[in-house]
Amino acid sequence: MSDETARLIEQTADDLFSAESEGARKALAEGAWPERLWQIFAETGLAQAALPEEAGGAGLAAGLAVLRAAGRHAAPIPVAETMIGTLLCHRAGAEVPDGPLTLYAPPAGALAAQPAVREDIDAANLPRVPWARIATVLAVGAPGHGLAFLKPSDVVEGANLAGEPRDDVAVSGPPDRLHPLPPEVDGFALMAIARAAQLRGAMEQVLAMSLRYAGDRVQFGRPLKRFQAIQHYLAEIAGEAAATGAAVDAAAQAPNGFGFAAAKARASQAAGTVARLAHQVHGAIGYTAEHDLHHWTKRLWAWRDECGNEAYWWQVLGAHAAQGGGAALWPKMVAASGSAVAETAGATVSSEGEGR
Amino acid sequence: MTGFDFPPPAMPPGTDALRAEVRAFLTESHANEGWRPDSDFGSDWSASFSRTLGAQGWIGMCWPRRYGGHERSALERYVVVEELLAAGAPVYAHWVADRQSGPLLLRFGSEEQRQTILPRIAAGECYFAIGMSEPDSGSDLASVRTRAERTADGWRIDGTKVWTSNAHRSQYMIALCRTGPAGDSRHEGLSQFLIDLEADNVQINPIVNLAGKHDFNECVFEDVAIPADRLIGQEGDGWRQVTGELALERSGPERILSTFHLFAALVEAAGPGPEPRLAEAIGRLTAEFYALRAMSLAVAGQLEKGDLPEVEAAIVKDMGTRFEAEVAETLRRAVPVEPVGVGGSANAPSLEAALGASVLGLPSFTLRGGTNEVLRSIIARGLGVR
Ligand SMILES: Cc1cc2nc3c(=O)[nH]c(=O)nc-3n(C[C@H](O)[C@H](O)[C@H](O)COP(=O)(O)OP(=O)(O)OC[C@H]3O[C@@H](n4cnc5c(N)ncnc54)[C@H](O)[C@@H]3O)c2cc1C
Repeated sequence: MSDETARLIEQTADDLFSAESEGARKALAEGAWPERLWQIFAETGLAQAALPEEAGGAGLAAGLAVLRAAGRHAAPIPVAETMIGTLLCHRAGAEVPDGPLTLYAPPAGALAAQPAVREDIDAANLPRVPWARIATVLAVGAPGHGLAFLKPSDVVEGANLAGEPRDDVAVSGPPDRLHPLPPEVDGFALMAIARAAQLRGAMEQVLAMSLRYAGDRVQFGRPLKRFQAIQHYLAEIAGEAAATGAAVDAAAQAPNGFGFAAAKARASQAAGTVARLAHQVHGAIGYTAEHDLHHWTKRLWAWRDECGNEAYWWQVLGAHAAQGGGAALWPKMVAASGSAVAETAGATVSSEGEGR
Repeated sequence: MTGFDFPPPAMPPGTDALRAEVRAFLTESHANEGWRPDSDFGSDWSASFSRTLGAQGWIGMCWPRRYGGHERSALERYVVVEELLAAGAPVYAHWVADRQSGPLLLRFGSEEQRQTILPRIAAGECYFAIGMSEPDSGSDLASVRTRAERTADGWRIDGTKVWTSNAHRSQYMIALCRTGPAGDSRHEGLSQFLIDLEADNVQINPIVNLAGKHDFNECVFEDVAIPADRLIGQEGDGWRQVTGELALERSGPERILSTFHLFAALVEAAGPGPEPRLAEAIGRLTAEFYALRAMSLAVAGQLEKGDLPEVEAAIVKDMGTRFEAEVAETLRRAVPVEPVGVGGSANAPSLEAALGASVLGLPSFTLRGGTNEVLRSIIARGLGVR
């Protein structure tokens, strides 16, 4: 994919989400599905961005750029779920259903025991599935268990801290369809890198709002930005956002399980710091329902715990890093962010390493 | 969009082979010379190692061949440098000359300065000290008071530099001096000079640091006469020059790797199946390092394009030095090991000694090359709030 294509895709996404998200958030808060935003999103083909070029997409990096824009504008539709669902359908050779998709993708360790994705077991309760009330529910299971198109028998509506739909889904009866997936495809890790990209976008917005506010608000006869303590908070927010962005970009350039894990861990860790400092900069006004800041800080607090929080991914990475002893650490770190770009829909952190 | 991006650079072809070559060289060098691995660039001084490295073509890598350089890219240099640090090789002797003094002379120095000095740096036999700080000028570098006055046949220098690392074992210092009025910006009237520490009668007084080592010095200039051709670049251009020099000083992987040998020791001590809390601690460092290395590489990519990414480098150094401290703290907490220092025990196992050296070294990591508070102010300026 050329840089120009990537830039165009990101610009398209940014234009769309920036124009439509505020109204869509209001609609969602009143219980309505943001139909208009969804329609334009679907028509522009942005959900296919993460597909490889030969499948009509522009690659994972382009997909993550769309998600970054979605996070930046807090777009209240299942962008990540539909995009990763589309990617998984492609990898499974399944036709992509129309309309929004969502994905039940538990962590790798929990997969083997997951009944919903096994054809021989026909009843399961799947907690907190994003947007299940409106979306086709897909599920990925343990390696070999494939990609399942589920038939929910009941959906109990719920939400995350930011008010985004997270529904409990009851399944009775076998999946509609079950497609084999290549064993290295890890749906959970793909959702993790997708959330990391959204977190990155949200952090950018929080930084921008904090900079603006620190320039406007006057105390002691000076704008807040003249106070060194505030300057240093802003510098720290920028640093955390930059570290998140660098990790996501590196994982997009060399897509592998190590990078996905590191990027989500770093993003989740940064989210708390960024939200805390942004609220400190904003004072009481930022603590109101009226001020916009909370649309993003609540997403930071919600998303950092979805798809594996930092502690989860630290354990995955730590267990991986510890194999092979101290001498293997450096080569492993270099290989993980190796510049060889392989088109892949994700990989697990394997004991051999990360080159793919 | 607001904030800073660190796009991953495309590595030049042949990088993997170069990396493998450096690793093979280091394995052999370690086996033959027996240096104790320490990833802090300032840990061990070895003129013989520096000369060997020069012979390999790994000093002055990016400089023109006519000055003894090798015309490699900044990214190739990055690969060599990070491999040297990760392996804990004794790189201190040539470090400053290779990183900042040589590039400064290449950019601003006279043809004669370049021809006489750069080839010797690239050979690993010419070393440099940084003459910026003074007793009353630390973070506020523009306030330096060391004066250089024109004389009939050159310059006369009066003043005192302090914390001058390696002045006692380097051939040259590049000193920032006042040559005229500071002006409203405070940045006017500064100039840089090349001072021959072996010949110019500078009085060098050792300062022992808290770890008991003699690394830095006080350098006193009393009526030191130097020839006219020792001015570097233009008179009055010192601030612009020194700012570029500082960007180089802050931009490299040595600002994230100083305690990497302890990170490896932690992983080694943890064994192949660490319990979840230890795995979590290691994973935390792993994720942070993954992000930092990506940022540090991106800075090298910007240097390669000819940019001087001052703000990005400040971000990496601020976060990187905090990470370096976190590595030592994590090791301390995770593995029951008591750090030992000078006089602790002659028989101290290497892990105890390495941790001891880091505990005593850490306070300097967030000071040397510009304090983290100053770095954050640079970042704030980059954000437009200063
Ligand atoms: C190991 C080591 C090696 C060194 N080697 C060299 C060398 O080779 N050559 C050389 O020239 N120098 C060298 N230095 C000096 C180094 O550059 C200075 O220590 C550094 O610039 C800080 O100056 P200072 O020590 O005078 O501290 P000060 O500037 O006095 O600062 C003290 C504290 O106040 C804070 N502070 C100061 N100003 C501000 C401000 N505006 N806003 C907020 N906080 C502020 C600082 O961040 C710091 O926390 C070395 C230092 C060390 C520790």
